Amino acid sequence: MRERARAAVSVLVLVGLGDARASAVAQEAVTSARRAELVQLLRHDCGACHGLWFKGGLGPPLLPETLAEKDPEALVLTVLEGRPGTPMPPWKAFLSEEEARFLVALLRAGRVP
Amino acid sequence: MRRRALLAAGFAASAAPAAGAAVPCFEPRGTGDLMVIVERARGALVVAESTHCTVVGRIEGLGDLSHASMVFSRDGRFAFVFGRDGGLSKVDLLEQRIVARIVQAGNAIGGAISNDGRIIAVANYDPGGVRLFDANSLSPLFEVPAIGADGTRSKVVGLVDTADGGFAFSLYEAGEIWLLERPDGTRAQLTKFAGVGSLPYDGNVTPDGRFYLAGLFGEDGLVLVDLWHPEAGPRRILDGYGRGQVPLPVYKMPHLEGWAAAGANLFLPAVGRHEVLVVDRKHWQEVARIPLLGQPVFVVVRPDGREAWVSFAPPHNGTVQVLDLEHLTVAETLAPGRAILHLEFAPRGDQLWLSARDDDRVLVIEPRSRRLLAALPADKPSGIFSTARAHRIGS
Repeated sequence: MRERARAAVSVLVLVGLGDARASAVAQEAVTSARRAELVQLLRHDCGACHGLWFKGGLGPPLLPETLAEKDPEALVLTVLEGRPGTPMPPWKAFLSEEEARFLVALLRAGRVP
Repeated sequence: MRRRALLAAGFAASAAPAAGAAVPCFEPRGTGDLMVIVERARGALVVAESTHCTVVGRIEGLGDLSHASMVFSRDGRFAFVFGRDGGLSKVDLLEQRIVARIVQAGNAIGGAISNDGRIIAVANYDPGGVRLFDANSLSPLFEVPAIGADGTRSKVVGLVDTADGGFAFSLYEAGEIWLLERPDGTRAQLTKFAGVGSLPYDGNVTPDGRFYLAGLFGEDGLVLVDLWHPEAGPRRILDGYGRGQVPLPVYKMPHLEGWAAAGANLFLPAVGRHEVLVVDRKHWQEVARIPLLGQPVFVVVRPDGREAWVSFAPPHNGTVQVLDLEHLTVAETLAPGRAILHLEFAPRGDQLWLSARDDDRVLVIEPRSRRLLAALPADKPSGIFSTARAHRIGS
């Protein structure tokens, strides 16, 4: 519980006030065991196209500086619904909205474990 | 006898980073039974041998190995490793050390070695294009920027060596196929085919080197160039194989492996459909399609051509299917481990090596009985590359 609170706080600090509330909510909504699964999915399945270190590949980079300009809710929508006409598939069969929000917050903070 | 044993132990011990060891301490051996495994998260290679199925060493310090691949020198001693971060490393498989390493671009996807073994070509995403290097020193030769007919720079995919000593590759955004002949810098010649189709995502040559085939992501179909008759231009095959149905989501892009040919047929993963497409290599017509349980990623034919093994995109990547190529059916569905992706046969097909990424091990299976022969530890293993690729066109 304390660990989760600390994680939420570090995300708050890193992403600034704009995302703070959404990130905190996302952190709270995702259990710790599920978080490990999500990080694995992010690193290896998203990483298949975006690079293991998110520096880009067939898909664009997902680094904090490339995501900073983008609306976090639009990013959540992209994760869930995909981008028609590109290889980005919809991940909603595997991720809830809260889980997608959690992953977007990790990427924007540059804090993927 | 005693000396022999000591030397063999020395060979295994050289797995540790060679700390300025001037004298190689390994028993003289060939490299024909070596399998090189990419540990992508760790940026390392595991060198294993398929005679006794043991790990003989590990080479660290290769940078970002997401989606890494490699080609081999014609003597099978050196691997040229292409990293995602643009790293190009020349690795001595016997001494198990990096002999040369450059970072030649910002983002790369793979590469090829010319049929005379002298030139390494790297497919780059950023800056989009192909860069060529001397295979001996890794010194740069020249660059082919991938600027399509519309003036925009494209990522390069599906770069392979061709039987005439050149290279073929595809431009992802521009939808073009280019042939680079005589890539020695002074007499190099480029042939460009524009408008071949939407988003070619990978390409390869048939095992005989005659046909270059690119898969399209943006359309249902593939593009074929007859390298004996490039003047005939590119030709679309399997047009509309999706039959107008909405494609299923693709959670991992398929690969086209040069080996997926057996007898008169070629076996190709469909995109957005849970099928392997069977194409007759004489007329390039669809012969059959084999329904599968998920989106195929790799379709690899056993060297004797009787069966093929298929791995899948998530969420079906705990499963592999074995295809009976004589009857064009699924022979068996197996669940050998977690996150199975890469499959590599030993050169004559007595073993199949599979990487089980989430189990942190590489499985060695006897492909006829499906019996597990060995399981080797590896940290998040991905690609597995047999040194036998040194002697194949397009690998």
